[in-house]
Amino acid sequence: MRTVTVVGASLAGLYAARELRAQGFDGRLVIVGEEQHRPYDRPPLSKDFLSGKASESDLALSDDEETLELGAEWMFGVRARGLDARGRTVLLDNGRTVSTDGLVIATGARARRLPGPQLPGVHTLRTLDEARALRADLHRGTRRVVVIGGGFIGAETASSCAAMGHDVTVVEAAPLPLLGQLGPEMAAVCARLHERGGVRLVTGTGVAAIEGGTRVTGVRLTDGRLFPADVVVVGIGATPTTEWLAGSTLAVHDGVLCDDGCVTSLPQVVAVGDVARVGGVRAEHWTSATAQPRVAVRNLLAGHTVEHVRPLPYFWSDQYGSRLQFAGRREQGDVPRIVEGSTEEGGFLAVYERDARTTAVLALDRPRPFTRLRRELARADAQSTTMPSAPASAATPEPTPAPAPAPASAAPAAVAV
Amino acid sequence: MIPVCRLEELPEGESVRVDVEPPIAVFHTDGELYAIDDTCTHQDASLSEGFLEGCLVECPLHEASFDLRTGVPTCLPARRPVRTHRVTVDDGMIHVHRSEKENAAA
Repeated sequence: MRTVTVVGASLAGLYAARELRAQGFDGRLVIVGEEQHRPYDRPPLSKDFLSGKASESDLALSDDEETLELGAEWMFGVRARGLDARGRTVLLDNGRTVSTDGLVIATGARARRLPGPQLPGVHTLRTLDEARALRADLHRGTRRVVVIGGGFIGAETASSCAAMGHDVTVVEAAPLPLLGQLGPEMAAVCARLHERGGVRLVTGTGVAAIEGGTRVTGVRLTDGRLFPADVVVVGIGATPTTEWLAGSTLAVHDGVLCDDGCVTSLPQVVAVGDVARVGGVRAEHWTSATAQPRVAVRNLLAGHTVEHVRPLPYFWSDQYGSRLQFAGRREQGDVPRIVEGSTEEGGFLAVYERDARTTAVLALDRPRPFTRLRRELARADAQSTTMPSAPASAATPEPTPAPAPAPASAAPAAVAV
Repeated sequence: MIPVCRLEELPEGESVRVDVEPPIAVFHTDGELYAIDDTCTHQDASLSEGFLEGCLVECPLHEASFDLRTGVPTCLPARRPVRTHRVTVDDGMIHVHRSEKENAAA
């Protein structure tokens, strides 16, 4: 391969570029990023960046020294708008094209918006530019903030806003926030964090309308209630950025469909991070975006799938001065058990069990025992998953077949909203 | 010289965070005492809460590990080393001697 193009210059794209060089690719490396910014870390956007504790330079994922070492052609502020049928030509929105031998798709996902016009004062939070706009709005004095969606982005944003002295309401359509991720028992425990942080939590009701004229004035719920608001943050999930692949031959269904090794239906095209549906699962986790590129790049350079990647789902969330961490493959009906601490105060460590086997671990302010259990789970998981479906060995001559057209049911814990 | 705690208060396998600016983490592992800057160079996480395995401490957030002897990260996402500090025990009291200079780049 003489040229490899990485489309997407965030976490997964940067890791893929690093892996290409680390695994010996010394050809031309082109990295295309839609945003104007060099790769930056998104998790702090809803926390220290919003509150003003972290600056933009604190978010940098890379430094000048590394950038030089990578020896890549970077294009910032340039969006890919198409890929030809053979996956050899990337069309850019500045009118240029890039001819390439290999392609890494790392275009991530976009914050989902509510339908209708976007009134001033209504925000989403995923990119640095979005975070800048929200931060500016929040630093204009004490505001009434309504956060729509009680997932991780919603909860962290609510927590940051409350810490800044704003009056905050969280609206969650489900009976409890994080119900899908944590199950009813532990979701109820974690929902109390909002209350502890002085935030109003309204559950089980959707949003009927965003009210306002030149600017947002309130949020009308489906049960008729109206919450006045100066600032509204919409945290209702993200949509994978795949429109640009419409004219390609790649299969797209809520993400780019890949086999267990991040390889698409074209062997010289791989996908990583939030945009990739790997082996039927699309996981919007920081750790997936950093674990997939090594294997994806190995398979890309090998010309077919020689290794599978199936990291144990792991996510964390910092809210209301506490750190929540979860790892594992929890299924509906798995029973949580507190093994350390208390759900009443001071944090706890809980395991989810099924047939006397631990399937997942959840901790609130118990980082060390959590890491020990996460590592044990990851070890057991690697053993149980490599046995029945061992990665295709290097001796397998033929490329793996195209992935199934429809996504299998995703692991319940694998989608962080 | 910063007093930390008495040696018997920091058993093997445990760590303590010293609330100076910037904070320092002191570890007791493999029969030795080590002190490093407490804040992971990658993101705001306290290494004193990290998982300890021999002379390596894993950041509680991101799986970056640091070598307690050198402060050098063993893998991504951390790229810069943390500072290491000298530790002494005087009359059963652990002290940290803060080093002001940055570690050599990894």
